[in-house]
Formats: sequence, structure tokens, C-alpha cells
Amino acid sequence: MYTPHTPADIEAMLAAIGVASLDDLVRVPDALALRAPVEVTPQLSEIEIADRFRGFAERTTAPHYTSFLGAGAYRHYIPPVVGALAMRGEFLTSYTPYQAEVSQGYLQAIYEWQTYIALLTGLDVANASVYDGATALAEGVIMAVNATGRKAVLVSAAVHPNYRAVLRTYADGLDLTVDELPYASDGRTDLGSLDAALADQRYAAVVVQSPNVFGAIDALPAGVAAKIKTTKTVVIGVVAEAMSLAALATPSSWGVEICVGEGQSFGNAIAYGGPHVGFIAATSEHLRRIPGRLVGKSVDVEGRPAYVLTLQAREQHIRREKATSNICTNQAHCALCATIYLAAMGKTGLRDCAALNVARTQELRERVTALDGFSARFDAPTFNEFALRVPGRAAGVLAALEARQILGGLDLGRFYPELDDCILMTATELTSSADIDRLVTALSEIPARAAARV
Amino acid sequence: MGQEGRANRYLPRGPQLDTLLPAETLRDDLPLPDNSELDVVRHFTRLSQKTFGIDTAFYPLGSCTMKYNPRINDAMANVPALRDAHPFAPDAAAQGPLAVMWELERALASLFGMAAFSLNPAAGAHAELAALLIAKAYFKKIGQPQRNVVIVPDTAHGTNPASAAMVGFKVVSLKSDAQGRVDPDEMRKVAGPDTAVCMMTNPNTLGLFESRIHEVADVVHEAGGLMYYDGANANALMGNTRPGDMGFDLMHLNLHKTFTIPHGGGGAGAGPVGVAAHLIPFLPTPVVRAFDAEGTAVDASGWRDSGEFTFALDFDRPDSIGPMRSFWSNFAHMVRALAYTYANGGEGLTNVSKLAVLNANYIRVNITDVVDIPYPEINRHEFVASAQSLKRETGVRALDIGKALLDRGYHAPTVYFPLIVPECLMIEPTETESKETLDAFIAAFREIVATARANPEAVLATPINTAVGRIDETRAARQPDLRWHP
Repeated sequence: MYTPHTPADIEAMLAAIGVASLDDLVRVPDALALRAPVEVTPQLSEIEIADRFRGFAERTTAPHYTSFLGAGAYRHYIPPVVGALAMRGEFLTSYTPYQAEVSQGYLQAIYEWQTYIALLTGLDVANASVYDGATALAEGVIMAVNATGRKAVLVSAAVHPNYRAVLRTYADGLDLTVDELPYASDGRTDLGSLDAALADQRYAAVVVQSPNVFGAIDALPAGVAAKIKTTKTVVIGVVAEAMSLAALATPSSWGVEICVGEGQSFGNAIAYGGPHVGFIAATSEHLRRIPGRLVGKSVDVEGRPAYVLTLQAREQHIRREKATSNICTNQAHCALCATIYLAAMGKTGLRDCAALNVARTQELRERVTALDGFSARFDAPTFNEFALRVPGRAAGVLAALEARQILGGLDLGRFYPELDDCILMTATELTSSADIDRLVTALSEIPARAAARV
Repeated sequence: MGQEGRANRYLPRGPQLDTLLPAETLRDDLPLPDNSELDVVRHFTRLSQKTFGIDTAFYPLGSCTMKYNPRINDAMANVPALRDAHPFAPDAAAQGPLAVMWELERALASLFGMAAFSLNPAAGAHAELAALLIAKAYFKKIGQPQRNVVIVPDTAHGTNPASAAMVGFKVVSLKSDAQGRVDPDEMRKVAGPDTAVCMMTNPNTLGLFESRIHEVADVVHEAGGLMYYDGANANALMGNTRPGDMGFDLMHLNLHKTFTIPHGGGGAGAGPVGVAAHLIPFLPTPVVRAFDAEGTAVDASGWRDSGEFTFALDFDRPDSIGPMRSFWSNFAHMVRALAYTYANGGEGLTNVSKLAVLNANYIRVNITDVVDIPYPEINRHEFVASAQSLKRETGVRALDIGKALLDRGYHAPTVYFPLIVPECLMIEPTETESKETLDAFIAAFREIVATARANPEAVLATPINTAVGRIDETRAARQPDLRWHP
């Protein structure tokens, strides 16, 4: 498939090369020759391929359920204009814009993405994207390690558990110590032990997430960031739900110097977890430690404005083992989708979207906590998700909901054993009152059975 | 530019935020424009027209495997149930995605001779990092944590040493021999009790097949080290010979190269990591497990159809290096790669690599009389040429040939890589280009060299037919302007 060669072409080309056959052209030493042809799927026509994927789709019931899942991957409305533009072949089939003269369009789009992320976070600069929110956190921590020369990091326990797990994977490679700050009874990070922890100046960074994994708005209170900085420790802020940036106080305004996060909510499908798009924004003081691609604006030989990949001396293809990161590929096309989404939604659309997320979540919270035996686990204000305490184990309630074709949310006990009676429930602008009605009806039917602790 | 009040009505109006949340939690201003949808469409359409893709014209960017991206792949990735599935959905409600991942893993394992693959890493360099973390965990487990050296040939991709550094390994560079290959005797001099991993690609970045790779592997294994296969060049050998049979213990693939996932302007990519049987326990989490009708775990080898099995994500793997990213894989790309595998089957994929090699050799023999070919022999899917003589005689460099090609409607080859060839041009046509396209490219290339000899200034002045001319990169780096300011 997809090879245009006729038998006559092959013959003529082999003759030009001076080789008798294709097999001669690719011959390997006998020791490396295949003993039998590789065994893999038979070749299928496009009709058969579509049939097979229809079969996979039929085995995928989750999207047909009423869903209150979020926890780092969010269901938002994507205007059709995003796909229509992003799927243009020039964008889709280009590569990293090394040849700037023929890549001005994509370079400008990435420059616009960098601008949007800087404006949304309130920080000076942003890079061209990284793999996702969790790897953005790992790379942000490496920036802080390089800035301070310290080999430990202090992370809030209310940072998304998957992000912390990825950070631990990277930390094993770099021999970094990861310590945790506990969460408080209101669902925010407990800062009570912070002063003591910072006393011996061993941490490269303090990491907090807002909204955090319990949905709680967890911006550092006034003065705390300044106190952290007096110990030459970097303040890293994590944003797992980029939509919150349209509503909440900017990370920069509460003292974040390196903001890392996940931009999937801006025009990218959930797609069972990827590809999504990580971002890193920072104060200009950290500019030369930023990993990955950066697009800059310059001029061409005739003085016309022109865009180009810049500050490449940080990168692996120049610095090799001394690079700021090994990142080569980023998530340019996902960042492009986000940029188109942000342009189309505009300030007004984003504000509306963020407000609808908060409003629907508050409606959901009021409705379910009005039920006997259900309550909000934490009382800090939230953006679009919150922890619901249920009678009995969350796993039992979720299973009962699943039997009614409802995905009730994330079982927090999976990551926090002490919260095994809590569900992280999410509502977005796509959550309807009818969805909430269904959930409430289902919950009112099941507590008696689910309440039995397994 | 956008004006406030020019908003599109995608959503119902939202309530005032300050009626919902305490004022101190809210931002004061959101300094973004409101644009009409038509303005957005025209803006991004214009930007696309100033962007060169495979869809535009021939893109012989060496080592990047810029082959045609079949549209059926995207159509399958957009099947609503697959596009909208949530990664935290219960396994029972997400059997489709799990089956896709498992089938693709089986296909890759069979094609490349590995015991197992993980689709977790997000890109090639990310998979290199995963593989080196696996090696580090393995040596710790078997009580040899002192192994901290990674051996990398001087033809290696820059990501290899950069990934090694992220795992705390020391990098030792190995010089290629006069034939551009790794000599097992040279390897014997550097491999020892501190060797953790030798990272190699085959064919190497000169496009040459490392025909003594199994001897090199023996040397590394005798020293107690692991062999890592950088799959960036896997398009050259798919179905003809397998890294597993060459003695590699670990490998990655760039699905965006070999398996036709669109490069998308530099991502998202996808970089599965493959391992030999003894390294399976260290794979990233989660791992997709298959179960038969009786609920018994299936440990398949080779290709298997997913239809008869049920699947579950396994997070409980005590020796695992842990997860590499937020969720399980760049799943939409796994759909694309599996669609491509179906479209070809084993025989088709074997043919792909043969024709990729044919196309590359065809270009080489047709320009060998006008530029230097440092390794004049049968190459694989790519080859390197050098503009060293041309530069000496005319002042025209590899970079200038690349710019002149842009003017003639072609993308430039990769230039100045690998580092061991001066004035290097690395050309990879891929199998999806026709003889006519190659002939036209060859003619353009020869015409540029002829122009360089007759009138070098005409080549040095290129490009002139592009949206902008050569760009002041020094200014971009010295006075960084990385965003627009309101």
C-alpha cells in the first residue's frame, strides 16, 4: 500500500543502481536473515480496516455513558472550526520547522501559542509545548534543580497522583529526592510544616497545583511565595485543567515562577489519554533553562518580520549530553489545535466556558450533597470538580453507577487509601441538568447496598 | 485583530464569575482578543499556506522518514467512541482502546523480534529515556548498580547522549571505522564492567547497515552490558531483519516515522519501547494484560488477533520503572499505527522497507558525479552526501544547497548531521515517492550544483521564492522575542 512503484520502475531503478533484485539490495549477513516471514496481521482493504475499527468502537461503551470523570482529562466542547483548520495537510504533514523560510505559518502559530500561554499564566515566556502535564512537571522540576544545584523537591500531596508518579520515575534517573507536603482538612495543601522544611535550604522547588487533584483552588496565600523565595527555592505551580486559567487568579499573581500544566482542555480530544499537550511557562530569569523548542521573532535579509526556532544552544541536537533536556519531538499539532481553539473562543467564550464549568459543578455538588449520606469531603472553593464522600466504599458506589451506565467519577481511594469513601466528580459546560438528574436518581437508589463495606 | 464583543456563540452565556467564587480567587483581566470565526479561518488558512508539508511536495529530510500519511489513519482515530473514551473509564467500558493497544504491541513485537512492547512513552527521545531507566532498574535489581556508562557511536542521534545524561549515565563516544561502521574490536576496548548500555541504530545515521552488529552485541553482552536499538531508522529493515535477532535487548520505534503518523509540525509523536523477555518486569506502567474466555492470563508471543480476549490495565508491577507520562499512551496515534499495519500486512511492510532502500540508492547513484559521496556503496533508506569539495571550489555550502532546493519547491535534506561528515547532506526519500518525483528532484539537485559552479552568487542568494528570505538567527537568539505583548 501507498508505494507508487510499477514493476518497470523497479527494474529501471535497479539497473541504474547496478543490483539484480530488491532482495540483493537489502541482503543482510546470513546470521541476521529471517528464518521465516514475520507473522503479523494480513493485509486489509480500507473497507475491512473500517470494519475492524467499528468493532473496536463497539467494544468501547464508556463514551455512551453519562460521565462525571475528569481528574486530568476533561470533556469540553470543541468547535468544528478547530479540526477543519488543524487537519489542513500543510499543518498535519509538516515536521519541526527547521527550514524557517518554508515554515513561517507554523512558526507563527507556535509563537501565538507561546503568547497565549504567557498571557493565561501571567508569566514572561512559554515554550513550544512538551508531551503532557506530568512530563511538564518533571521538566519544570529539572529546571529548578539546574537553577539551584539542589537535589530534592517538595511536592504537595494534592498534586495529581499521576503527575507525582511520573516525577518519581524521572527522579529515579536523576537521583532526586521527592518529599511531600500533606493536604489539610479543607482540601488544600497544608503549609504548616513549610517553614521547618525550608530551613536547611535543601529543596530546589516547592510544587503546588491549583486547582488541585481534589478540585480545590489551592493558590498559595499572600506572602507565602515570597517567603519561599527568600530560601532561594523555586515556586512551581501545576495546572492540570487549563480552562481554570480563564477564570482564576494567574499563577504569576500568587508567586509562581515556573508554571507547568496540561492544555488538553483547549480544543484537544480526550482520546483515551493522548496525545495531549503539556506547557511550560516561566519568568524570563529561567528562559535559558527551558526545555524543548522556542520560536522567536526576528527579521529576514530584507528586514521583513520572520519567525525562527531560537536559543537552540539549549537543545539536544547541539548540546548532546549537556542539553537542558532530551526533548526533540514536542506536541506541536496539539498546541496548534489549542491555539485555534483559543482564537475562536476568544476572551468572551473562554470566560463563559469557565463560568459554566464552575456553575455546573456547583449545581452538581448541591444536588448530590442534598442526598442522605452524601457530603462534600472538603470545603475549599473548587473549579470544576470536587470530592464527594459517599456512604460505604467509593468503589462499590461507582460499580453500582456503572451498572446504570453512569461513570460517576474517580475513586480517590485508588490513590489515597484514607479517601476510599470519596469520589472525585467533575462537571463541565457539557454536563446537562438531565445528566445530573440521572446521577441523583441513581445515587438515591443505591446507597443501601453500596454502603456495606467490602 | 479581534475586538471585544466580536465573540462567537459556541456556548450559552455563562453567569458572572464573581457570583460563584470569592473575588480573591479570580483573575482581574483576561487580555485575549475576541475574533470572528471567519477571521480565524482566514488567519490559519493563510498560515497553512506558508507551511511546507509532505502534502505540499517532496520532503527528503534525512532520519525523519517523511512518508505519506494515509488519510484512513486519521478517519479511524476520529471514530467517536475511540476519540472520546476517558483514560479513567473502567476497563470493562474501554475494551476497544485496550484491544487496539494490545494488538499493536503484538504486531510490533513480532515485526522487530522483541518479547514485549510498551506504548507508554510519548516520543522517540522519551522512549530512550524509558529504556535507560529500565536498564538502570535492571542493573540495580541484579546487584550491579556500578554500571553507569553508556556507549554511543559518533554517528548517534543527539537524543542518545542527552537521554543518557537524564538517567545519570556517563557517555562514552565510540569512533566509527573508515567504512562508517562500529568495529567489534574497538567495542572490545571500551566495553567493560562499568558498561550499562550500548546505544546503536542500524542502519546507522550514515544510512549504512552495521553488518557486524551481532558481533558487536556479543562483545557488549560478554562485558555484561545491554544493547539498545534506536529505532529512528527502522523503516530501512522492517520485515527483512529484526533488531531482536541482531542481539538487541531494548529498542524504541518512532511510530511517527515508520508507521505513518503525521509529524504535525513536530509532534505529537509516539515512541513505543520494546524489551527482551528478561526486561519485561521493568516496563513502564500500566501494562495491557490479555485474558482468555476462562479468565486465564494470555502471555502471547507473535501476532494475535484481539477478538477472542478481554483486556485489563495492570498497574501493580513492583519492578516497573513507573509511568512515563500522565496517561497510558498517545492513543489516537496507536489507532493510526494499527490502521497502517492493517493496510500493509507483513508482506506490505517488508515491501515498504525494500522500496525505501531502492529510492535512496536511486538518488545516490544519480548525484554521485556532482557531489562527494563519502561512503560510495549500497546504502539503506538514506545516505549522506557532502558539499565539501563544492564549498572549496565555489563557496557554496550544504546549507546553501538546501536553501536553493526550497526555491525549487523541495524541502531541504537534513544538513550538518551526522556530525562526522563535513558539509553533510542527509537524504531520505522514503518509499512513497514515485520514480518521476525522484527524477525531478535529481534534476533540480544537479542544476543547483551546476549553477553553483557557474554562478555561486545565484545559489548563495537563495531562497527568493519563499515567504521570507534567510533569517537573522543571531538577532533571534541575542534579543529573544518569544511572544506578543498587549
